[in-house]
Amino acid sequence: MFEFCSDPSTLSTFDWFSCYLTNGKHIQFYKSFGLIILLLVLTAPLALMLGLAAAVAIKSNFFLLRLISKTYANIVRGIPDIIFFLFIPITIDQLIEFTRHKIKCPEIIDSVWQGNDFIVCSVAKLPLSSSPQWIHDMYGFSLAILSFTIVYGAFAANTFHGAINSVPRSQIDTGKAFGMNKKQIYFSIIFPQMWRYALPGLSNLWMLLIKSTPLLFLLGIQDIVFWAREIGGSKTSIFQYPHPDWRVWYFLSLLVFYLLLTKISEIALNRVSKKLYLPI
Amino acid sequence: MKKILLSAILLGFIYSPVNADTVRMGTEGAYPPYNFINDNGEIDGFERDLGDELCDRAGLDCEWVQNDWDSIIPNLVSGNYDTIIAGMSITDERDEVIDFTQDYLPPDPSAYITTGDGNKAAYIGVVAAQTSTIQASHVAESGAILVEFATPDETISALRNGEVEAVMADKAFLAPIVAESNGDFKFIGKDVFIGGGVGMGIRESDSDLKDTFNAAIDSMKDDGSLNDLIKKWFGEDASIY
Repeated sequence: MFEFCSDPSTLSTFDWFSCYLTNGKHIQFYKSFGLIILLLVLTAPLALMLGLAAAVAIKSNFFLLRLISKTYANIVRGIPDIIFFLFIPITIDQLIEFTRHKIKCPEIIDSVWQGNDFIVCSVAKLPLSSSPQWIHDMYGFSLAILSFTIVYGAFAANTFHGAINSVPRSQIDTGKAFGMNKKQIYFSIIFPQMWRYALPGLSNLWMLLIKSTPLLFLLGIQDIVFWAREIGGSKTSIFQYPHPDWRVWYFLSLLVFYLLLTKISEIALNRVSKKLYLPI
Repeated sequence: MKKILLSAILLGFIYSPVNADTVRMGTEGAYPPYNFINDNGEIDGFERDLGDELCDRAGLDCEWVQNDWDSIIPNLVSGNYDTIIAGMSITDERDEVIDFTQDYLPPDPSAYITTGDGNKAAYIGVVAAQTSTIQASHVAESGAILVEFATPDETISALRNGEVEAVMADKAFLAPIVAESNGDFKFIGKDVFIGGGVGMGIRESDSDLKDTFNAAIDSMKDDGSLNDLIKKWFGEDASIY
């Protein structure tokens, strides 16, 4: 980054570190913090929407809708996150590619499962192997968001379900007495009031979501954990900046990052709850 | 966001420029000098040079993909990338699951290292090796207690922390570590030759790609450029063709 960085072995400690901490690898490390924030910002509203939809569906009059939403909430909440994260992206990926294969290459009658290989024709691959790497990255990231949304949507569904049930029954009966239909009751009575009851549960969920973001690493996404391990590992002089095992410092920086993130969230959530007159 | 996601997926269904000549090269990026992620965050090393040259000769457009070692074969067979070029020795067990091109590195010595004050014959003690490597199975068969780690770097840390008494890995990987350890580490015992050379892993159903790379490796062996490359990364004493 700086001009004097061309030969790091001659530098003084301070200069060495200013070069080291701004090399290409570190820039990628810093960017991956943005990835975590992006994941949180995208997943939270999606999971809230999914959770709310499922909570309303649990109270639906249609048997099938009730069955699906209850099954979803209970199964997903009951499965360890890690197993779910290993399972969902692979399944969805293969499902999409299988469907595309059937549409785009109907002339190939061989099974897509040949021994160990999962083979779809090259135009059915998603992303195509000719796509640039960032498309592959974005695709993997989207699958991760989807997995997080499904998992946290189930927890949110449960929270919302409880919150909806906490809205005083007498108010709903009053609404009915006034001749309101179901939609009006939801939008005028239940939704505006349920947040008070849902907020403690949701803020808990937000903290859990923050803490589960390192699972991205499990999906092979180059997140902060990947870079901390990669950069922190000991480096011989084949690298420009040789150093011993510094993983402990890099993991320490992740620790500080997560503590800051949860602290800021706590302050923000406290403010929101004060507005709703509900101390957490 | 749902809309964006959905349209991205739909776009994937519709927009499909056909360019079959892109080959995705999967590598670990944690095993210098074979392959590693350099200070600019790019894949580098012997296999990067070799892979780029092979693709050039075969007229292929190659894209590099980093993937952790323990899932490198599953992700090849499920089609996340098309080749494994990650210092992977050709063995019968692996050959049952995937195919290999001909070897681009002759069978390479593996070696044990131990801490400077250790005098014990390492191969009877507790030995660290990377998961699912030929060294790991060699250690297991030798009767020593094997401790496996996901990355090569973690095996070295384990030795430094005294968690294990020795590490077994490719000698080319260990040599710079021993040389720069200020006497903390030393080689112990004789070099061991295991595995049938290093080749590129390719899906069994992908025999065209295998033939293409075999031809490219042949041409690099014939004009001596492969030997030059081996000497550049592994030193003048490395075994060549």
